[in-house]
Amino acid sequence: MKKYIIVWEPDSQKGSPVNNALLKILNEKQLAEKMEIIRSPFIGFTSSGAILRVMPDNLIYTGFRVEDLEGIVNATLAGDRVDKFISSYDNKFLPVEEKDPLSRQFKIVLRNVGYLDPESIEEYISRGGYKALEKALFELGRDGVIAEMKASGLRGRGGAGFPTGLKWELTKKEAGEIKYAICNADEGDPGAYMDRAVLEGDPHSVVEGMIIGGFAVGCTQGFVYIRAEYPLAIERLEKALKDAREMGLLGKDILGSGFDFDIELRWGAGAFVCGEETALIASIEGKRGNPRPRPPFPSVSGLWEKPTFINNVETWANVPVIIEKGGKWMGSIGTEKSKGTKVFAVTGKVKNPGLVEVPMGTTIREIVYDICGGIKDNKNFKAVQTGGPSGGVIAEKYLDMPVDYESLQSIGSIMGSGGLIVMDEDDCMVDVNKFYLQFSVDESCGKCMPCRIGGKQILEILEKISKGNGEMTDIDKIYSISNAMQKASLCALGQTTPNPVLSSLRYFEDEYLAHIKDKKCYTGKCKDLVQYTVIPEKCIGCGLCATRCPVKCITGEKRKPYLIDTKACIKCGECYNVCKFDAVKRG
Amino acid sequence: MMMLEKQEVTLEKGLLDFMEKWKDKPGKEIMILHKIQEVYGYVPRKVAMEVSRVMGIPLAKIYGIITFYHLFKLQKPGKNQISVCMGTACYLKGGNDIIQEIEDLIGVAVNTTSEDGHFSLEVVRCVGCCGLAPVMSINGKVYGNVQKSELPKILGEYSGKEANANG
Repeated sequence: MKKYIIVWEPDSQKGSPVNNALLKILNEKQLAEKMEIIRSPFIGFTSSGAILRVMPDNLIYTGFRVEDLEGIVNATLAGDRVDKFISSYDNKFLPVEEKDPLSRQFKIVLRNVGYLDPESIEEYISRGGYKALEKALFELGRDGVIAEMKASGLRGRGGAGFPTGLKWELTKKEAGEIKYAICNADEGDPGAYMDRAVLEGDPHSVVEGMIIGGFAVGCTQGFVYIRAEYPLAIERLEKALKDAREMGLLGKDILGSGFDFDIELRWGAGAFVCGEETALIASIEGKRGNPRPRPPFPSVSGLWEKPTFINNVETWANVPVIIEKGGKWMGSIGTEKSKGTKVFAVTGKVKNPGLVEVPMGTTIREIVYDICGGIKDNKNFKAVQTGGPSGGVIAEKYLDMPVDYESLQSIGSIMGSGGLIVMDEDDCMVDVNKFYLQFSVDESCGKCMPCRIGGKQILEILEKISKGNGEMTDIDKIYSISNAMQKASLCALGQTTPNPVLSSLRYFEDEYLAHIKDKKCYTGKCKDLVQYTVIPEKCIGCGLCATRCPVKCITGEKRKPYLIDTKACIKCGECYNVCKFDAVKRG
Repeated sequence: MMMLEKQEVTLEKGLLDFMEKWKDKPGKEIMILHKIQEVYGYVPRKVAMEVSRVMGIPLAKIYGIITFYHLFKLQKPGKNQISVCMGTACYLKGGNDIIQEIEDLIGVAVNTTSEDGHFSLEVVRCVGCCGLAPVMSINGKVYGNVQKSELPKILGEYSGKEANANG
């Protein structure tokens, strides 16, 4: 029986050592008949490098080096296995049908990611692909598709959570011959990469979704606005479009139904604001990506002033499944107001970072602890952050809250695109929020005043606080600037810029107060507010700190307490981290 | 004015073909700029002027687009391009320290090119492999879980030889 080795390699750019080494071994040994290598996008779950999955044996290998590959290939051919590289995470990779119930995942969007060759349309079709398109064209008709979409309760996965079926219906109702369907693949949220995984791992699911959407709404042209930073995703999507055209699934008279629809790519160029729909439209039109006031909404006047509807990658990837299995089926998954699943990109201080797809209503505790293995290095949980620079923190007391659009909003965060960043006791809220504000300030397009000036002002206040010059009135100033930004900014970027600061003030106000009143940063992140000293009673005089100090400002004699020259200290924290006797005090 | 008129430039064939293909499509400006940058590594002023003339796009509009989007460069990048990720995960895991160490090691500040044109350093937003934070890339090759102590070795790989891409 032919063996397949699926390669997940972290380097998604050009040049991948593991993949290339495997191809070389196959070439040298002339194994093309017996074995095939399939490259798949990296979906995380290990920080130890590349992963191999041998099929049909269903073995997962991690932690190997390039030199070990030959041994793995030989073992695979002999029907054997190399035990020392077999991973313990394997249940996380199993497809839906054979999934371990304990893994708690439920894969709709990621149904094919990692299990098929993304460059083969035949494989997609063999897994039931384009069946939904057939059903839409010949069985359901345009109104039927929209009825199913509405019944499914699917809401936009890009952030705001607008009901997808309703969006389609509104655009369909608009008069006019020319309408456009757009896929927003400008995944700019730092810490979110689920769209990339779908585009690289299962591009046809997005293509099929868009054809169905285009059919229901009555479009002849669709656009994918994709990040130029994702070259592999662009390459695979181009290939998918070409293959679909050749098979008569895209272009003129799709499957003989008389329906014409084609899709073109347009590249983004690194502007976060272009994730906002009116800015995205301006960018496809070849202009600077400035947002404009709404109304008119794109459903009335969008791309080149024609009715337009925009969904993001994850939303589109849901469509074929909804059409095939029915809106009701989808409606049975999730919570009352949020249906289906959500993909989260879990990153930060967590043991097994990676992509996780769970039903709406799963708790943060299940995601962080049960699926992703808990906090790295056994440190204490502090918070998780969702929604990126537009979202907020979720404090420990909400670990058991079921996650959906409403519940997140009620505690001051948002679903956003699904980045979920785990923070531990070493992360300082003032410092983290400086990061988010800096991001929003850099990305503000500058068109409207509240966003352009307000964000900068809040950032300056945070910098002042982190330097130890904060005053109590600064907190009031943050609230009042935030209020103005939320009410008066032109687009969602400015309206949501204050969110991370406001939500951290809500749950971690004491941390801000410690910076302002006590002039202390207990995590050591705000370097102006921290001082490292040796506690003489605890110091055994091993001298490790002095050896490690990069500026050699720690002196002393062996077996006697050492001394840190606080004037020369650069506050890197190395001594604090290396001391095995807790004899270095940070504060 | 005289200076401007005297500047002559022959556009590369791949770029001319691309411009021909796109000339009647609405919204072509950004795609053409991507192509220019692919060919030259940045958007040279004289190329922008020539494209403006051939395509009938005002130079001011081209400049407006270049300065709006982070990806387009007006300066020639170094032979080896170092990009350090500053997405959230990388920030939390010490991306800043990595940048500082690189600045110290090769004497290049962020968004500049070293005097000999050998290295340039830029900060990029999320490259989409947050599981490997902190992440940096050199000429497109990604390095994950970067430790400060590994940097001399990583940079050493590039200090002697020319980059093979865009070189």
